[in-house]
Amino acid sequence: MKNTISERVYDFLKNYPPFNLLPATKILEISSEVKIIYLEKGKVLFNQNDTNHKHFYIVRNGGISLHKNSQNKRTLIDICDGGDIFGLRPLISKENYSLDAIANEESIVYGIPITIFEAVSENNFKINKYLLTSFASTSFDPYTNEQNNNIFTDYISKDNLEYSNLHSVNYTKKPLKCTVKSTIKEAAIKMSAQKIGCIVVVDDKCLPKGIITNSDIKNKIATGLFSIDTSVKEIMSSPVITQSKNLTVLDAQLQMIKHKVGHLCITVDGTSNSKLIGILTNHDVLASLGNNPTVILKEIKRAKKTKEIREIRNKVNLLLKSYLEQNIPLSHISKIISEINDSVTIRVIELSLKKMDTPPPVKFSWMALGSQGRKEQLLYTDQDNALIFEDTTQEDYLATKNYFLKLAGHVTKSLHKIGYEYCSAEMMASNPEWCMSLSEWKNQFNDWIINIDEKAILLSSIFFDFNHVYGDITMPKELTTNIFKTLNKSSRLFTFLGKEAIASPSPLGFFKQFLVENNGDHKDSFNIKTRALIPLINAARLLTLSNKISEINNTAQRFERLAEVEPQNKELYQSCSYAFKALLKFKTKQGILHNDSGKFIQLESLTKEEKLKLKRCFKPIREIQEVLSIRYNLTI
Amino acid sequence: MIFNWFRKREQLLLPNYFLAYQESIANTKKLPIEETRFVVFDTETTGFLRKKDRVLSIGAISLKDNIINVNASFEVYVKQKIFKAETVPIHGILKEGKFDKITELNALKLFLKYIGNSVLVGHHVNFDVQMMNEILKRNKLPKLLNKTVDTALLYKKSKHTIYQNEEKHYSLDNLCDELNISKSDRHTASGDAYITAIAFLKILSRLNKKGDLKFRDLLA
Repeated sequence: MKNTISERVYDFLKNYPPFNLLPATKILEISSEVKIIYLEKGKVLFNQNDTNHKHFYIVRNGGISLHKNSQNKRTLIDICDGGDIFGLRPLISKENYSLDAIANEESIVYGIPITIFEAVSENNFKINKYLLTSFASTSFDPYTNEQNNNIFTDYISKDNLEYSNLHSVNYTKKPLKCTVKSTIKEAAIKMSAQKIGCIVVVDDKCLPKGIITNSDIKNKIATGLFSIDTSVKEIMSSPVITQSKNLTVLDAQLQMIKHKVGHLCITVDGTSNSKLIGILTNHDVLASLGNNPTVILKEIKRAKKTKEIREIRNKVNLLLKSYLEQNIPLSHISKIISEINDSVTIRVIELSLKKMDTPPPVKFSWMALGSQGRKEQLLYTDQDNALIFEDTTQEDYLATKNYFLKLAGHVTKSLHKIGYEYCSAEMMASNPEWCMSLSEWKNQFNDWIINIDEKAILLSSIFFDFNHVYGDITMPKELTTNIFKTLNKSSRLFTFLGKEAIASPSPLGFFKQFLVENNGDHKDSFNIKTRALIPLINAARLLTLSNKISEINNTAQRFERLAEVEPQNKELYQSCSYAFKALLKFKTKQGILHNDSGKFIQLESLTKEEKLKLKRCFKPIREIQEVLSIRYNLTI
Repeated sequence: MIFNWFRKREQLLLPNYFLAYQESIANTKKLPIEETRFVVFDTETTGFLRKKDRVLSIGAISLKDNIINVNASFEVYVKQKIFKAETVPIHGILKEGKFDKITELNALKLFLKYIGNSVLVGHHVNFDVQMMNEILKRNKLPKLLNKTVDTALLYKKSKHTIYQNEEKHYSLDNLCDELNISKSDRHTASGDAYITAIAFLKILSRLNKKGDLKFRDLLA
């Protein structure tokens, strides 16, 4: 029978992962079983610790916010927007919900029965990959860290992915084992002698009965719960999860997530009734895959030449692309990418230090400014950096400064080779103006704060987003303390920062049209950076400075912190944080699409849905600008 | 006595499917809104004349506690001798169309079974109820007995007294614009039923801001 409603559901689902990976007939099959749920603002869909529904959800209209409750504290984890999926992981791992899901605004969500979804997606390789990566990405989320161990995987190219995943796993043959009759002490001696973190307990016929890991010994023995003479049977985890040796990497990961274990026992026929032949740990799985952030970070740390780093750094863009394709939350993406950017800089500095004839004469610290300082740099951008060195005596000053200028010269040159363009405004540590001693920096900031003017503000604002990357950590902290001390005396800076924050008016014109560029190369395109991102970045900087919040540079995180500090504006700040993440993701996607910085958006290339989404992000920009104008007495 | 006898005879003449429908209506319990089953429905017709025009398709969905189950929706296309070329552009149903069509009587039987004792919801619901009643009449059966809610009237009610305008006529398109509902699938019976359902849910939540909305507030 014809079902118009399910066709309507189909039309929506087919655009979003993981459904877009399925053939049309399968999506239709799912569509006809969907539950359409209307939620008024504030309505709860599920609560933390509720037993899981038999459905997972995709947002059709509106937004659903996910919260984590712990010790009377409620933290916003994410806001799911049109097309975003939530509530799936608990269904796969058969756990209760670990978050609250609440309608952030009036919303319609589709409930998708897991049984139907599993039936149609079973053995679908792409779907499994999608699920794995999206679950795995949450391992960077502190809240799910614990459950997740290290099963973190990402892949570079599709070919590579298919290869590595369909490849049988490389398990450890001849695993360490002991009999059921052994005592814990005997087992522990074996483990420590072999420097191995786990031991399999087997019976007389060599059938695996249980497993003991380092953490069992830590949690059950060292705490005094059991004595070391106890039988291994008392503390072993049992039964073990067994698999046959032809297991693929992909299956292995799924099994580990499903059963929440870090070890699989490999037996002759894959059941627990046959002989143990090996063991597979999540480290083995990780090692089978070449390209995940952990491995990339290690490669960077070991690189010996700038050229090597460039090759490794180039992989990161592919990683980024696959993250965006798979709709992984931007907060996770930027954490990973900025971690990588920082370690690139660190490695470059280490290599540059080796090029110098002598070790540094005094302590120094390397700071990232601007987007890298804010940990918002996803694509290659200009390098903005600065260097602080310890105060010296008058006579040593010049030699010291020259040393660090030379070092900074090496570093910026290498960074340039790797792909970070020189800053056109010369805001780099290799510029004598931005390579100074601690007291000079203090004076510089005091000067900016007290004698600020229109010209100085343009230059100085990115310096307020400095972030320590390498070297001594106390000097940047001292600088921060000094800044806040001076800020007490004067609020002139706030007025200027405020003016800057409202300088670029709401991105929508009078008729709710996008304001586009009037001239130049990018005529008629929309500049998402100056019109949308910069106003939010400026607003966040001003508000954190005036609230004396230090050491948070990321714009989204700044707004989240502000929401806690000023509960009366909580809703606005949270929506600013959300809008910022959405806009940055948008810019990054555009950048990857056009192979540029993504700053300029061709409006006609956007779908109606994308335009609407963009427009929705503009609302908080207008609102925050209004708040600032009133608070800092600004007139536009 | 005579009256009684007369009624008895009438009941005997009623077919089983209608008796079952009557019985379910008789057994209706008073329930709070969140436990009430609403059937939102719409008909596509050859025109607006109650006697002369015919129902070409019926689309309906049921909802309870703000949830619509897609697999429990209702959609039938009806074979009719009367056909008006001029309304085809509106509903897109051709005389020999691609949809499987069933007889009017079969459509009626399925519809009665589907709605049971639910509350019927529609945009200008009286028209659709009248069209269904005409089908019942042609089959020598009494009228529909369900309670009905008209989203056009309900919407007026949800507006602040200052903005209420008794004269204003709210079409389904007006409603979509004001409540920000996408208009795709407009003018198919099921599509309109779905849109009406979403409108109904949105109006309910507006009326229920205080959380004390009672079922009787919805009627008339």
